[in-house]
Amino acid sequence: MTDATANPTPPSAHSGSLLVQDKLTKKRNAAEARFKLYGLTAVSLGILALVLLLASILSNGLSSFQQTFVSLDVELVEAKLDKNGNRNIDDIKKVSTFGYAPLIKAAVEKAIADGGIEIEGLTAKDAAGIVSKDAPAQLRNYVIANPEKIGTTINFNLLANGRIDGYQKGRVTKESAELDSNVSPEQLMLADALKENGTLVKRFNWGFITRPDASENRPEAAGLGVAILGSLYMMMVVLVLALPIGVAASIYLEEFAPKNRWTDLIEVNISNLAAVPSIVFGILGLAIFINFAGLPQSAPIVGGLVLTLMTLPTIIIATRASLKSVPPSIRDAALGVGASKMQSVLHHVLPLAAPGILTGTIIGLAQALGETAPLLLIGMVAFVREYPSAPPEGFFDPASALPVQVYNWTQRADPAFVERASGAIIVLLIFLVFMNAVAIMLRRRFERRW
Amino acid sequence: MPVLWIILTMIALGVVGFLVGRKRAMSSVDGDPRHLHSLPNYYGVNVAMMTMVPSLLLLLLWMLVQPMVIERQISGMISDSAVEQGANLSLVMTDVRRVANGLDEVVAQGVMTRPEAREINAEATNVRELLGSVGVALGSDVRPEVLQAAQRYRGLKGKLSVMMAVAVIGLGLVGFAYATYRTTKDFRARNIVEAGMKALLILASTIAILTTLGIVFSMLFETRNFFSQYSWTEFFFGFVWSPNFRGGSELGILPLLWGTLYISFIALLFAVPIGLFAAIYMSEYAGPKMRAIAKPLIEILAGIPTIVYGLFALITVGPMLRDYFAQPLGLGESSASVATAGIVMGIMLIPFVSSLSDDIINAVPQTMRDGSLGLGATKSETIRQVVIPAALPGIVGAILLAASRAIGETMIVVLGAGAAARMSLNPFEAMTTVTVKIVSQLTGDTDFASPETLVAFALGLTLFVITLGLNVFALFIVRKYREQYE
Repeated sequence: MTDATANPTPPSAHSGSLLVQDKLTKKRNAAEARFKLYGLTAVSLGILALVLLLASILSNGLSSFQQTFVSLDVELVEAKLDKNGNRNIDDIKKVSTFGYAPLIKAAVEKAIADGGIEIEGLTAKDAAGIVSKDAPAQLRNYVIANPEKIGTTINFNLLANGRIDGYQKGRVTKESAELDSNVSPEQLMLADALKENGTLVKRFNWGFITRPDASENRPEAAGLGVAILGSLYMMMVVLVLALPIGVAASIYLEEFAPKNRWTDLIEVNISNLAAVPSIVFGILGLAIFINFAGLPQSAPIVGGLVLTLMTLPTIIIATRASLKSVPPSIRDAALGVGASKMQSVLHHVLPLAAPGILTGTIIGLAQALGETAPLLLIGMVAFVREYPSAPPEGFFDPASALPVQVYNWTQRADPAFVERASGAIIVLLIFLVFMNAVAIMLRRRFERRW
Repeated sequence: MPVLWIILTMIALGVVGFLVGRKRAMSSVDGDPRHLHSLPNYYGVNVAMMTMVPSLLLLLLWMLVQPMVIERQISGMISDSAVEQGANLSLVMTDVRRVANGLDEVVAQGVMTRPEAREINAEATNVRELLGSVGVALGSDVRPEVLQAAQRYRGLKGKLSVMMAVAVIGLGLVGFAYATYRTTKDFRARNIVEAGMKALLILASTIAILTTLGIVFSMLFETRNFFSQYSWTEFFFGFVWSPNFRGGSELGILPLLWGTLYISFIALLFAVPIGLFAAIYMSEYAGPKMRAIAKPLIEILAGIPTIVYGLFALITVGPMLRDYFAQPLGLGESSASVATAGIVMGIMLIPFVSSLSDDIINAVPQTMRDGSLGLGATKSETIRQVVIPAALPGIVGAILLAASRAIGETMIVVLGAGAAARMSLNPFEAMTTVTVKIVSQLTGDTDFASPETLVAFALGLTLFVITLGLNVFALFIVRKYREQYE
């Protein structure tokens, strides 16, 4: 206050009407408007990023749910598939996929001749090349399953080659085909002609969800079957281990633990574990579960254990919050009618906290489902074509996982795998949306306000 | 799988124990539960618990210790001469284990009977071919010592497995008998059961500590191995990162740290202003309707797995930055770059910064705002001069937590930042980070004796220490400078 008397403020420059804003007020109001605009811009930028992200994934990935098929009448020539003619399954199995390729070649030639298609410069080899290299295996599996069909002609829907599929989806053009050693413009012309007469069709691709991964140069045959199973197995392990351990730990810390150094240490530990980079858990898994305990690489059990350790802090934090929200009067009432401490917790508090615990668990599982980095280190990147067997043995079989499959596909050269990777992300996001929706529903339905 | 069978047996014994305990308690009071000390079920649970818990714990312990015992016995058998030059003991041990497992497989598939497999010798049979026939591939021919060690390994393992089953089931039976014997009407079953349950709860809560110990010790152990082969000064102060699996690698961490920090810096440059302003807008300006829509939308960003961001960087942001910025400006040709990874990581961190700051801003008491507005300040002046300073420690804490997230992030940099270790200022050049190199050194065929693999553990430990330090520092700042309002 002494300042004020020592330096009397100069007379105000405010001389006009109160209703007219002076310069300073204008400036301050402009600053106010600018500040508000910054905030609005920030919010819109955040939402814009979300929209861009989803749009990019959807536009790249939706097409992977459609696949081009070639519908061909293939004659299963007896002389080639079963030389002895006795339908002995072992003899039939001796014919490798190389024995089936000529049948497809003949079928394509026949389809071309029947359709009256004439394309200059199209060799027979190129013509057969519009069918996927995976098609002979498809035929062979069919014949081994149905040996009695040998000698008849059957209509098959065979996968088209990845480049032809790309042409149907606009990824490959006739110009790019000129430069591409894997496809020729003539093949694309043949594809156009076959499409016109209905031999070449695009339809929903169940194989993308059910089939196992395929090799580098057969993107059209690659699917998510093994990855989805592997992720499912890991989630089972996480659920079975993380839920009881997490709930038990939270009950102890929230209801029983005395306030001392030891429990402080545990609490600090849990909050720090939640912030440890996920890749460090991968190193832990590699060092302890694989190198020390000798569990197999790429196995869902190891992935599940690592993800359990990662999910535990999330579940513990959620469970403690929901135990805390149960009012003390419930505990007092139980103790008052003669229940022991343990009975009051297990019989009264825990059931009331259950919806919150479940919600937290589902959110923890959703986090674990999308986690990639630790799984890379425990060997889940391996190329796995065999489906893991049913649990419990299946937990020890090599498998892949959804996010790791995405990573795997991004590492391959063929651009068709980018489409596959985006498609796999869509599948992953659908699972996540579903899990989060269940969690929100549970919360809305059962949440109690005290 | 015998272990599974042991577990199933123990569970079955436990169920039987429950029924027996309950029945015995009831019959001790002639079917009138009022004369019992505890409810009848507690007597059952007591027997089941005494049967199952000690024996299953023994099983766990045994399974942890057994490999170590076997290892010690076998490695004593292998003389120094058997360890070839260039190889080491752990490689020979791997061979021994493979051969032993292969022989088990031979027996399991019925190629040989058990005694035949035991009598096998390296001179008479080609073990490599034999194992190849059941799908166990070996790198080289099996030497007699290795085969001998493998046979001994199998023998020991078989013997110990039988001993384990006997000991575990025996302990279970002892517990069963003891608990059944003690079951009388005056026995305080509930107290015992509750004490046991509490012990289990405590055990569960120590898992968090065990995990931390596991992380620290596994990495410390391997890092020590690494530093015994590679000088630590060169690791921490080396400017060149060029691993070479044939030896003579240079493994300096500085280029990796530079890449990590540069990318994190760009990420924070994006995330902090956007996140902070979004939080301010949401908590101070937005109406309830806008808040109800925009807040969840931004928080969706936090629920998206990082691999999705990685793919976004790889197929959209990277090519876009290259085509519209880097190439026209002549700054670079690569779509994987520091800027790509930084921007995408920034997007990932927006919800992290915004939701943390939102909570903190909301915690500033309304009276402070009212006081400032009452003195004639505009809303933005109130925010800048009253709310933000009051919330500052919390905001700094949030930014530090975001930084620790950015440093530990893996998938975005694996897909977006590239693999070349270099130190440059150009944000449109590909650089690499600590996490990328951990992934690349530990995936694929790895040899856990070479420094090129072990360096990953040293990198991991460094990363762990940095992120832990940032977290602790963030907590410290929040605690120390927090203003206490009623």
